[in-house]
Amino acid sequence: MPSISPSAQTGAPLCQPQFVRVAETRRAPLHFFLDGQRVAALQGDTLLTAVLMQQRRVRESEFSGAPRAGFCLIGACQDCWMRAEDGTRVRACSTLVTEGMRVLSRLASVETATDNGAPDQAGDPR
Amino acid sequence: MSDTLHYDVAIAGGGLVGSSAALALARRGLRVGLFERRYCGAQASGVNYGGVRCQGRPVEQMPLAIRARRVWDRLPELIGIDGEFTVSGHLRLARSESDLIALQSWADMARDHGLHAQLISGAAFRQRYPWLGPAAVGGSLCATDGHANPRLVSPAFARAARAAGADVREQTELSDIHHDGTRFQLRAGDLRISADWLINSAGAWANTVAGYFGEAAPMKPIYPNMWVTEPLPLFITHNLGVYGGGIYARQVARGNCVIGGGRGHGDGEYGQPSTETTRVVMRDACALLPALREALLIRTWSGVEGETPDSNPIIGASRTVPRLLHAFGFSGGGFLLAPGVGEVLADLVVDGATVTPLDAFSIDRFAAIATSPVA
Amino acid sequence: MSDERRIVIVGAGPAGVRAAETLVAAGVKPIVIDENARWGGQIYRQPPALGGFERSKKALYGFEAHKAEALHSTMAALLPHVDYRPDTLAWACETGRLDTLHAGRELSVPFSHLIIASGATDRVLPVPGWTLPGVYTLGAAQVALKSQGCAIGRRVVLAGTGPLLYLVAYQYVKAGAQVIAVLDTSPFLQQVAAAPKLVRAPSTFAKGLYYIGWLKAKGIRIERDVTLVGIRGADGVEALEWRASREGSPIETIACDAIGVSFGLKPETQLADLAGCRFRFDATNRCWLPEVDAMGRSSLRGVYLAGDGAGIAGADAAELAGRRAALALLDDLGIAHPRGAGLPDAAAIARSLKRIAVFREGIEMAFAPPAHCASQWPDDMIVCRCEEIDASTLRRCIRDGDANEINRLKALTRIGMGRCQGRMCGEAALTLLAEETGKPLDAVGRLRSQPPVKPIPLSPRMLADDIAEIPVEARDE
Repeated sequence: MPSISPSAQTGAPLCQPQFVRVAETRRAPLHFFLDGQRVAALQGDTLLTAVLMQQRRVRESEFSGAPRAGFCLIGACQDCWMRAEDGTRVRACSTLVTEGMRVLSRLASVETATDNGAPDQAGDPR
Repeated sequence: MSDTLHYDVAIAGGGLVGSSAALALARRGLRVGLFERRYCGAQASGVNYGGVRCQGRPVEQMPLAIRARRVWDRLPELIGIDGEFTVSGHLRLARSESDLIALQSWADMARDHGLHAQLISGAAFRQRYPWLGPAAVGGSLCATDGHANPRLVSPAFARAARAAGADVREQTELSDIHHDGTRFQLRAGDLRISADWLINSAGAWANTVAGYFGEAAPMKPIYPNMWVTEPLPLFITHNLGVYGGGIYARQVARGNCVIGGGRGHGDGEYGQPSTETTRVVMRDACALLPALREALLIRTWSGVEGETPDSNPIIGASRTVPRLLHAFGFSGGGFLLAPGVGEVLADLVVDGATVTPLDAFSIDRFAAIATSPVA
Repeated sequence: MSDERRIVIVGAGPAGVRAAETLVAAGVKPIVIDENARWGGQIYRQPPALGGFERSKKALYGFEAHKAEALHSTMAALLPHVDYRPDTLAWACETGRLDTLHAGRELSVPFSHLIIASGATDRVLPVPGWTLPGVYTLGAAQVALKSQGCAIGRRVVLAGTGPLLYLVAYQYVKAGAQVIAVLDTSPFLQQVAAAPKLVRAPSTFAKGLYYIGWLKAKGIRIERDVTLVGIRGADGVEALEWRASREGSPIETIACDAIGVSFGLKPETQLADLAGCRFRFDATNRCWLPEVDAMGRSSLRGVYLAGDGAGIAGADAAELAGRRAALALLDDLGIAHPRGAGLPDAAAIARSLKRIAVFREGIEMAFAPPAHCASQWPDDMIVCRCEEIDASTLRRCIRDGDANEINRLKALTRIGMGRCQGRMCGEAALTLLAEETGKPLDAVGRLRSQPPVKPIPLSPRMLADDIAEIPVEARDE
């Protein structure tokens, strides 16, 4: 896997939402944690909706670091898999966001959270 | 009646063994016809685990293994690609003291053949491999072993053989193979083929070819159960095996972890993975490699390999017909060996002999059971 | 019900629900496995039960509101009579057994009879830049609105082809979302030529014309016979470049932040493949489909297929086919067909399906995916989203003569080896193979399904305690 640090990419502000609410805005609010930041969502939002109301990506490609924001929304494309801070994998389009949920969208935060002992310690012969 | 195609050597079966033989023979100037009924390198050669491993082999395989290993270092020169061959080392894990003792005695044996394996255990082992679960108490590291991508390597040998002048014919199933007293006569659809030599590298189906000449080896089809995870951050630094354990794991540069163990099922023609086996191996893999927990398993597969009672291949001359060479039955351990087997077969054809000892692989070592072929 | 009989339906969309209804009416209690949280499938997808979604069925489903209501209330009434398992993924199928995953736990589900009503996804073809945030399928654009009350962006362009293109545009504008343009790759003349077939489903045809007329009256820009050139943006969609397909037409750029693009629908056939069904190439659907007889029986005894998962025909056809497959199953069990109001018999079903099939031919004619699109793909365009494999990698492999068949292409280039296992790139790969080799689409192979049907987590939570050891004779490295 490449060691690209994708969060350093410049461009439009990262906090611009992708989705737009056009209906069902009277639902009860809840809060969850995205890359460590506490943000708001509505009851009944999928994780994908909740994240894309905050920014334009749900994950970053493990190969190029390019941002991804899902594609099919029906659980077919597998493009919206996110990682919770405890390491669990969640498919964002088919998972409802819950109060206090802690998820990660950036590769850098993923690698820190899942560090299980860095590879190539102690000069392993290769 | 169509014309007959004449070859010095006809090869039945375009897996890695047949393809590497075709390349070796073509490079030595012989006219070679390689016949594969499906696609070259798509059967056992393409679906196996991908371990390029000398460690753990029985003593009778050592000269062949070491010779084969040298060919692996020359892949770019021979086949134009590196086949993702990585000299990652092979770490064979011990789960008990007695396992460590067994690993040490193997290492002692291997040293006599010029192969080095280093045992590690205790605190040094734990410190070096924090990503291994507690069941592993130590291991033997053979630093010159590694792994590669079978899906790329096997077809590449066939391609290189063709580039070296061999006539490589895929989607070409052989039939009516016989010897007319002077040479071999074969048929493939409308094609008529004749050859001075015949190499039987038809893998799990080699008994069909052997059967044309009244020979058989007790070989049964086995279906390795393989699966692969999504790309993960790199953490498995060696090709991993477990002494007596039946699970093996490696991580490729793109991050996917390739894991195998146990058996799928099949009908002799095609293999299918078994969800029960996959479930067992998933559990064992998580115990061995805790970082796999929560990873996504994205694909499982199987294939057909030929297994012999002693897990050694059949390599060498036919006992019934001159100039027929058998090379099959690699019992799941053929990926490393095959490039070396190709050279050995070329030796036998061109020089009439090879320095690599093959007695342990003779087809008639099963004489007592050879009369009841198991295919 | 005898112990040997275990009837399982996979899918709770129109086909699965009507199959369940028919079986229950005959006194049979099936297990119904649904990957979604609530029944309805995609067309009649319901918003989450939690959260207090307020929109009426009319707001959600428009002209189809009464059908949606009927389907939903049917399933609700069936609940005490079926073993309904939502949020359950059937990820593998071996003879007589499904492997399922629910809430992180594994469960094997043996079956004597299986009805596969697995539905469809969008038919996806790549456009340069399609992996950018903000690019979605038309189906996704619809689900965002229907199921979450969201538009996929502030300035939306809808593109591709198919009836869904106009339906989603209509739904979006009606809901107050901003649709900048509707770009249809199909020529209008193609649609006119298909009219004689399309009128076989007159109300559906009329609705389609209504949506288009309504959009025009609202001043929504509709262009036909377009070629999509590329999607531009740094970290997300910023613009779409397109041109009229006619030679020499200039490229036009539309500023936008979201694009819904796809080209019709494609059946989900992975479970049928794993079950061992025989496949044949279907010219209308332009893809390989599991064989079915007139009643919905597959080539395997005890396995039946219904709905879009067996061939795209729409929700009405799915309901009929679901009933019909259940009737076939009852026949095979020697159980009499249920009779009653609203339960058409097999002959009536056959007549309706035949009529709808002609309509579907018209749809495929009117909204055929763009011909020879693969030759337009730039070398650096990503074809496989999961593995980020670009067109040049595929072309090199094919042109070197190394692969003229899809499974071989997959083995050598990795296309189709990612998490989606070829769902999003399979169509593109086949199209590219066909165009590069000059062979027809049915001569470049069929992408073999491999378990799991979708990715499953390795979590040890999901593993039961009574798992056997690996047998000794299977130990090797």
